[in-house]
Amino acid sequence: MRRNLLTLTILILILFLSVLSKNLDPYIYQILVFFGINSILAVSLNLINGFTGQFSIGHAGFMAAGGYFSAALSVYQGEKLLNILSFLPKDLAQGAIFLVFLILGGLFSAILGLIIGIPTLRLKGDYLAIATLGFGEIIRVAILNLDVVGGPRGFPGIPKLTDITWVTFWAFIAVVVIYRIINSSHGRAIISIREDETASESMGINTTYYKVLAFSIGAFFAGIAGGLFAHYLMMLHPSSFTFMRSVEILLMIVLGGLGSITGSIFGAFILTVLPEALRGFAHLRLIIYSLTLIIMMLVRPSGLIGNREISFYRIFKFLRRKGIN
Amino acid sequence: MAVLEVKNLSCAFGGLMAVSDLSFEVEKNEILGIIGPNGAGKTTVFNLITGFYLPIKGSIIFNGKNLVGMKPYQITKLGIARTFQNPRLFKKLTVLENVMIAMHKVYEASLFDALFSNRKYIQQESIQRDKAEEYLYFFGLYKRKDEIAENLPYGEQRKLEIARAMATNPSLLLLDEPAAGMNLNESLELVNLIATIREKFNLTILIIEHHMEVVMNICERIIVLDFGMKIAEGKPEEVKNNPRVIEAYLGKEVKGVIH
Ligand SMILES: Nc1ncnc2c1ncn2[C@@H]1O[C@H](COP(=O)(O)OP(=O)(O)O)[C@@H](O)[C@H]1O
Ligand SMILES: [Mg+2]
Repeated sequence: MRRNLLTLTILILILFLSVLSKNLDPYIYQILVFFGINSILAVSLNLINGFTGQFSIGHAGFMAAGGYFSAALSVYQGEKLLNILSFLPKDLAQGAIFLVFLILGGLFSAILGLIIGIPTLRLKGDYLAIATLGFGEIIRVAILNLDVVGGPRGFPGIPKLTDITWVTFWAFIAVVVIYRIINSSHGRAIISIREDETASESMGINTTYYKVLAFSIGAFFAGIAGGLFAHYLMMLHPSSFTFMRSVEILLMIVLGGLGSITGSIFGAFILTVLPEALRGFAHLRLIIYSLTLIIMMLVRPSGLIGNREISFYRIFKFLRRKGIN
Repeated sequence: MAVLEVKNLSCAFGGLMAVSDLSFEVEKNEILGIIGPNGAGKTTVFNLITGFYLPIKGSIIFNGKNLVGMKPYQITKLGIARTFQNPRLFKKLTVLENVMIAMHKVYEASLFDALFSNRKYIQQESIQRDKAEEYLYFFGLYKRKDEIAENLPYGEQRKLEIARAMATNPSLLLLDEPAAGMNLNESLELVNLIATIREKFNLTILIIEHHMEVVMNICERIIVLDFGMKIAEGKPEEVKNNPRVIEAYLGKEVKGVIH
């Protein structure tokens, strides 16, 4: 029952957005698209940092890997596949190809996640932070030197396939997948690693397996977000995936709450809207972000919302309590 | 028949021999006590048995299988559970979740069952929850099931740690100073609990303990460690009067005063 309700809500929302998007102000439209992409990034990073308790700071690297991979597929293979599928209606064929390319981009990121995760996550401690920090830079430098994807000039000519419907669809997939994992015994195993890795092991949990699993799923969705980003801007540039971008994603989940899905989305919203409002101070971004991160870690390490989920029930309860007092 | 055979086990940290050439056996259904002054190497023995430390020498045979080189989670799956000297609960999770996590190894729903929230997932979730509630009921913690673990009083936290260890369905249970921080009444209650779970779950138990009233009450046999070596072994009353044991303890007492 509850399940059907959720599916129905998703369908209605996507339908609603598709209709709405036709007469939306293009500026608002763009902010909504970025909000959706940022939500995917934040929710997936939260699986790694918030739920598993591992410290990854290379999400922009996975975003770049998936983005460039699916963009390259579109640029070099898109036309060919479209011709092969010419017996289908054009929109349908285009959509199917885009879906497959996005998933391939996500899988490419996930494989890179495995390659980094298996050696570093076997160890306890902050090796992952160092490895992901290095990885983020390596990916960027690799792209700078890859001529097939434009190198330092950027990678133009990517077909514009991303729209708000696609972004909403993937944001929901990311939320539902991560929500359902977390609410299963697998998710409790993942959370127990964050709580106490030694105790978790002695409960019979293969902690390395679950850390690598969470890390790769996180990388997968970062890759998807990268693909959506690429096919929205129609052009990629390595400068979009600097360490600063990773910090920004980290800030979303630190603001919203480590270990809260709704908190991640809230954080993604703030960090999509706020920079727009503070356009004049763009050059101060680095300082503002770093300061906010440090202050949050010191003052409210559990985030503005903490590791709870926001729900209508909670809001209602909260309001009622306020009313009585 | 020996359930656990420890043979010539040695473990070193830098130059320090924390355990040296230790051998002992644990019989099925027995309660074996390990005592000895602080730093004697008792906890290290538990860490070796459960795979957290790697010995430099020796073997640990559990039901005919050598555990040396296995990972902690694999050893748990073979049926050895432990508690920690300083409780290591999943502090921010509920009492029920703490126990459910211990039952993960028998959870049959795959990640995909969970993603599609299918019938198997729903069934496995409710099996896990019901079983965990049964354990909590048995340990007298059922009323506390939705409380956050760290909010329990200390005595109940220790009890929850035992409940959680039992939920992994072990045949050998290792208890590391379960009565630490308990008053006389609480530790006698603990003695009863340990005796009861041995009967009910057909357990073999290894227990590290300082409280003599606990050790004398429930251990059928005791081994005494000092500086990583076994200095005595036998029935509680034999060990209590052993001059080497008295010396080991007295020696430490004097040092304890000085520091
Ligand atoms: N991980 C470790 N690293 C270094 N030294 C250790 C480690 N674990 C135990 N030791 C040392 O081994 C000795 C035995 O410790 P332990 O087994 O904890 O004693 P106890 O009998 O009090 O449980 C102590 O000197 C302790 O400092
Ligand atoms: Mg100890």
